[in-house]
Amino acid sequence: MTTVRADRLQRSPATSRATPAEPTEPLDPAARTRRRRQRRRSQLTAWAFIAPLVGYLAAFYLYPLYRNLDLSLHHYTVRSFVDNDAPFSGWANYSQVLHDPTFWPAMRNTMVFTLVSILLQYAAGLALAVFFNRGFRLSGTLRALFLVPWLLPLIVSSSTWAWMLNSESGVVNYGLHLVGLAPVDWLTSPSWALTSVIVANIWIGIPFNLVILYSGLQNIPGELYEAASLDGAGTWQQFRRITFPLLRPVSAITLLLGLVYTLKVFDLIWIMTKGGPGNASSTLATWSYRFGFGSLLPQFGPGAAVGNILILIALVFGLLYIRVQRRQNA
Amino acid sequence: MRHLSRTLLATLLATGTLASAVACSSGGGSATGSGTAKASTYTFWDPYPQFDAGSAWAKLVASCGTQAGVTVKRTGMDTTDLGNKALLAAQQGNAPDVMLVDNPVVSTLVQAGILNKTSDLGLDTSAIQANIIGAGTVDGSAYGIPIGANTLALYYNKNVLKAAGVDPTAIKDWASLTAALNKVKAAGKKGITFSAIGTEEGSFQFLPWFWGAGGDLTKLNNANGAAALSLWKGWVSDGLAPNDVLSNTQTTSWQEFATGQYAFGENGTWQLANADKAGFPYGVISIPAQNGGAAPAPTGGEFVTVPVQKDSSRYDTTKKIVTCLTSSANLLSTDTTLSYIAPTSAVQTQQVAANAELKPWVTAVAAAKGRTSGGLGTKYPVISEQMWTAVQSALSGGKSPQAALDAAQTAVANHQG
Repeated sequence: MTTVRADRLQRSPATSRATPAEPTEPLDPAARTRRRRQRRRSQLTAWAFIAPLVGYLAAFYLYPLYRNLDLSLHHYTVRSFVDNDAPFSGWANYSQVLHDPTFWPAMRNTMVFTLVSILLQYAAGLALAVFFNRGFRLSGTLRALFLVPWLLPLIVSSSTWAWMLNSESGVVNYGLHLVGLAPVDWLTSPSWALTSVIVANIWIGIPFNLVILYSGLQNIPGELYEAASLDGAGTWQQFRRITFPLLRPVSAITLLLGLVYTLKVFDLIWIMTKGGPGNASSTLATWSYRFGFGSLLPQFGPGAAVGNILILIALVFGLLYIRVQRRQNA
Repeated sequence: MRHLSRTLLATLLATGTLASAVACSSGGGSATGSGTAKASTYTFWDPYPQFDAGSAWAKLVASCGTQAGVTVKRTGMDTTDLGNKALLAAQQGNAPDVMLVDNPVVSTLVQAGILNKTSDLGLDTSAIQANIIGAGTVDGSAYGIPIGANTLALYYNKNVLKAAGVDPTAIKDWASLTAALNKVKAAGKKGITFSAIGTEEGSFQFLPWFWGAGGDLTKLNNANGAAALSLWKGWVSDGLAPNDVLSNTQTTSWQEFATGQYAFGENGTWQLANADKAGFPYGVISIPAQNGGAAPAPTGGEFVTVPVQKDSSRYDTTKKIVTCLTSSANLLSTDTTLSYIAPTSAVQTQQVAANAELKPWVTAVAAAKGRTSGGLGTKYPVISEQMWTAVQSALSGGKSPQAALDAAQTAVANHQG
């Protein structure tokens, strides 16, 4: 990538300036202590500045992660949760979860939900971004309208989708009725429930992809297109040879963020189907919630175990992204 | 100088962060500490977020505190939230002084060891009907006092039944009910709506049919249980009940019934006030058992419980507050507000005298069973979760009723408590 290399070249003199020049002449002891004290003080200052951040990270990231791991490795009952004396149970929660008949359906649903969602979101977002990049009258207004799904609270949009897809009184089935088709049990049939939540999730995810890809497109210099059209490249070739390759870093981060967001989608599914009917639209996220809070008797251990598996999956994809990015930069 | 002030600023920031972090962590453990201000304030949790500070209920709670010489700080929260919050609070040692919880949660909290026995507190529960307090009784000891009870019955729309030529008094068993539903469908209206959602509400609504067929919660998959699930399944497949019962809560199911298109709606005592606003004449019959007679319905309603405190000197005042809340006069006004049936026969008589429509509900409550009664306790939540899953997979066509219940029974047996 040319841009990245240029960046690095600009940055290098700055970094060399930052390292302090070594003193050339020998110093007397008094000056040396002064100097040492000064250095210690500046080090202390540095730590003091870092402390709020470290404290914040520890309190809000490290501790919850540690607590989740701790929960997943102990056999918690309601009593031992209150008394905080749950016996250590090693991998028992994980093995219980892995052998649960719900595990593979939930895993499959999570994968289908995530992959189909991000691919279609990305495709739709990219198409819209290219469309809006041409800049026509009212394109700004239209683009703003496309952001609406992003701005609505999730509870509002999911409830609205649930109403629209209701099998008795939903507007979607009414539309099917008008064109003479039989009604579909969008949310209550095991073969449609997952599709319905995926459709709703794609709708919610398009604006995010649109915004990021659109800003990526704006960074592609117009001269490239001019040069390409002088060389006789058509619209499709321009897209394939210029837009898509130059958008690759932006695409990668969009897909990764989309993946992390989509893996953990919970509220949308919970509001629309509660993971049902049966387990037809259960994902790892809703399943984990069901363990912990879905019944009258909480099972924190297995719930935390499922949560950790989810974190692990996100981590694997995160590492994959870093690897790909490093290779791109090299 | 500039350098020094920067150091100072950063140090201040750092200590500030540390101090607030420490404050956060110690805030949890100090239920008993911090002196006089705390001693005269009693905390009170209930699952009635719909009642704000100006409501009759909030005023009653406050006045019971005043009579006991203390201030009561009331917090209303969502009912599913309440149980989890109670466990967390107990873990951190700052459980509320008084807590109203949904009756099936009581046994879970008892299992967690965070509730006091009513007998240890010296509270009198002798006037309470045995089947109502049964839901809060574990190993022979009661752990709370019911504030009121509710249960399920069938509301019917008189206009729809009349147009279809159905006589509601002739509905005595499942066969006559299904026949009535078919007549209603033939007359162009919709049959029955209920809630079969994948939560506790779904199990609550299924239980009258399950018990009405002689079903046994410890053997979900016997022939009786399968008969009940087949009844529901048949209604949905034949179009006598709408497909969206699978996603209906009891509230949305009520909204469907209130459209006036449905002949029957299975719903609870608490909808009585709404029924008067529905705009069509309605009646109530008890849910029929498979072979006739009224099916036992599950009891609903909340219990007043007293969580364990480190400082046992608080119990005297707590007892005064609980006694005040559950006195006959206050039960009458509370249960009227909530549209519940009182847990004592004395107050029930007063309720019926004031409103004759409550009579079938009093009978229904007398015949109702606690979900966690009969020694089930914390086994019930496990069974219930599998039961609603079975209902969902059978009604959505994923599995046959028998196969769904077989899977549920296996899952209950494999459950690691």
